[in-house]
Amino acid sequence: MFRDLVAGKTGRSAPGRWPGRAGQILALIGSLTLLAACERPPVHYSQGGFRGTAMADVQNPRTFQAKVDANQVPEPSPPADPSGPRATEVYKNVQVLGDLSAGQFTRVMVAITSWVAPQQGCVYCHNPANFADDSLYTKKVARRMLQMTRRINSDWQPHVQKVGVTCYTCHRGNAVPAQIWFKDPGPRTAQGLAGNKFGQNMPSKVVGLSSLPFDPFTNYLDQHEEIRMASTTALPSGNHQSIKQTEWTYALMMHFSKSLGVNCTYCHNSRAFSNWAQSPPQRVTAWYGIRMVRDINNVYMNSLVDVFPAYRKGVTGDVAKTYCATCHQGVYKPLLGVSMAKDYPELQGPSPEAEAPAAAKPASVATN
Amino acid sequence: MSMLSFEQKYRVRGGTLLGGDLFDFWVGPFYVGFFGVTTAFFTILGIALLVYGAAIGPTWNVWQINVAPPDLHYGLALAPLKEGGLWQIITVCGIGSWVSWALREVEICNKLGMGYHVPFAFAFAILAFVSLNVIRPLLLGAWGHGFPYGILSHLDWVSNTGYQYLHFHYNPAHMLAITFFFSTCLALALHGSLVLSSTNPGEGEEVKTPEHEDTYFRDFIGYSIGTLGIHRLGLVLALNAVFWSAVCIILSGPFWTKGWPEWWSWWLDLPIWR
Repeated sequence: MFRDLVAGKTGRSAPGRWPGRAGQILALIGSLTLLAACERPPVHYSQGGFRGTAMADVQNPRTFQAKVDANQVPEPSPPADPSGPRATEVYKNVQVLGDLSAGQFTRVMVAITSWVAPQQGCVYCHNPANFADDSLYTKKVARRMLQMTRRINSDWQPHVQKVGVTCYTCHRGNAVPAQIWFKDPGPRTAQGLAGNKFGQNMPSKVVGLSSLPFDPFTNYLDQHEEIRMASTTALPSGNHQSIKQTEWTYALMMHFSKSLGVNCTYCHNSRAFSNWAQSPPQRVTAWYGIRMVRDINNVYMNSLVDVFPAYRKGVTGDVAKTYCATCHQGVYKPLLGVSMAKDYPELQGPSPEAEAPAAAKPASVATN
Repeated sequence: MSMLSFEQKYRVRGGTLLGGDLFDFWVGPFYVGFFGVTTAFFTILGIALLVYGAAIGPTWNVWQINVAPPDLHYGLALAPLKEGGLWQIITVCGIGSWVSWALREVEICNKLGMGYHVPFAFAFAILAFVSLNVIRPLLLGAWGHGFPYGILSHLDWVSNTGYQYLHFHYNPAHMLAITFFFSTCLALALHGSLVLSSTNPGEGEEVKTPEHEDTYFRDFIGYSIGTLGIHRLGLVLALNAVFWSAVCIILSGPFWTKGWPEWWSWWLDLPIWR
C-alpha cells in the first residue's frame, strides 16, 4: 500500500521506482518546511561603502520594529533648580553627588529608583530608618555606579560622545542589568582529552549561536589581550598568533555583532579586517568602546568583589561584568541614539578616577 | 582546421530554433546559427564596454580593473553610465551571450538528434549568474546588490557579502553546495582514475573492458554504479552543486538578515534535547 503510494500509481513512474509522485510532493513539502525558519523580503539595506563592495548593513524592518519598541526612552522628570543649598549641607554621608543642589539630588534619587528599582523603591538601597546608613550592599554598589556613570560621561566621550549614559542605559528597570557576563568555565566534563572541549564547540548565545569559544570576554574585556591576529606581511614572518586565538577574537566579534544588531561590515571591510584606512569610522568608536568596557570592568565592577553577596556572583566567584550588550541591547546605538544624559546634568561631572584614558589612540593607525 | 573525412555527414541542415536557413552554416569547425550571431554580438559589445569601463577607471592593472554596480539608492532604475549604468548594460550583454550560447547548443542537439543534456547543464551555470546579479537584486530592490566586474573586486564583494551574515559556513544551502562540489571532485577523480587504469594495463596485458571496471568497484566497495550511471551521478552532483550555490545566495538577504549561525536555533530548540 505504502509502496504503491510512494511509487505513484499513474504517470511515468515505473512501479517501485522511488521517489514517485507522492515522494516528490513529500520532498517539496520538506524543502518548503526548511524555509519556514527563514524571513522574507523586503529587507532594508544601508550602503556603507563604495558601490559594489557589499559594505552594507542589513535589517529586517519587521523584526527591527520590536527593537524600536524595546528601546523607548522614559519621559525625563522636570529639571531641578541647580541653585540653593548643596546636597552635602542638607543630607548626611553624600559622597559622590555632593556638588548638586538638594533639589537636583532628590531628582536624581527619584530617577534612579524608577530606572533601577521601580518595584522595590527607595528601600532597595536605603535603610528606611536611616537613609544615610551604608549597611545595604546595594547602596555601596549604587554609589560606585554613580562614579562610573560620571566617569563614562566625562572621560569616555570618544565612545559615548555627547549622547552619554544614565543608569537606564543598562538597567532598563531591572535591579541587575539584563545583559551581563561572568567568567564561564564551561560545563563539567570527564577528565582528559575526550571530555575537554577547550572552551568551545558548544553553541552559545553570547557568540551568536555559533560554536566558537563561549567565553571570549575574560581575555579581552576583563584582561587586556590584544585583539590582533592578522599578519602584517604577505608571507609568514614571526606572527605567532594561533588558530585558537583567532577563534577567540572571532567569538568576541560575534558578540559585538549580536549586541549591536549589525554585521561585520559595519566596522570592517573584510578584504583587510585590520586595515584602519579601509574601515568605516564606526570601528574607531568601537575601539574606544573596548577600552571603555575594560575600564568599567577593572576599575568599577571588579572593585565591588567584596561588596556583592555570593548570590550575585558567578560560579567562579567573580562579579557581574559589562560587555557591549549591557548598554547596546541589540541596537547599534543604545536606546537608538536618544540622549537621556542631556536631561540629567546631575550625572555629568568630574570623576574621581579621571586619568585621561582617552589620550590613547588606536595603536595601529600608522602601521596598518 | 581541416575537417575529418567522416565529419561531413554530421553537418546536416535544419534543427534551428530561429532564422531558418539564414544562419545555418559553419565557419571552420564552428556551427554559427542565429544564436551564434547573437552570441558574438553580445560578447563583443560586452567586452568592449568592459574595456571602456577600464579605460575610464583609475587603473589598467588587470587584477584591479573594476566595473561596479550602481549605488543602492538607484534601486531598480537605470543608473548613469559612469555610475553603474555600464555595469547594467554589461550584465545584459553577459546574459544575452550565455543564453545565446545555450540556445546554439540546443540547435546542435537538434541537428544531431541528441538529448538536451549539455544545454541543460550549461543553463545551471547561467542560473548561478542570474541568481547573483538579477534574481537577488530584484528581491532586494536594487541592482547595487550585484557583484562588481573585476578580478579582485568581485572577490571583495564575495567576502563582504559573506560577512554580512557573520559566518557563511553555517548557511545550510552553502553547506549542501560545498558538499556537492567536493563530491563532484571525488566522483570525477574516481571515474577518471578507473577509466585510465583499465585502459593503461601493465606491460603485456590487454586493455580491459567495463566489466573489469565494474568488478573492480564491486570488489572494492561492494557496488559499481556502472558505465552510464557514473555519468548520471556526475551530472546530478555537479548540477546540485550549482543549484544549491544559487539557493544559498538567494536566501542570504531576501530570506535571512541575521547571522547564519542563528538560523540553526530551530535545531537547538528541538524538543528532544533542548
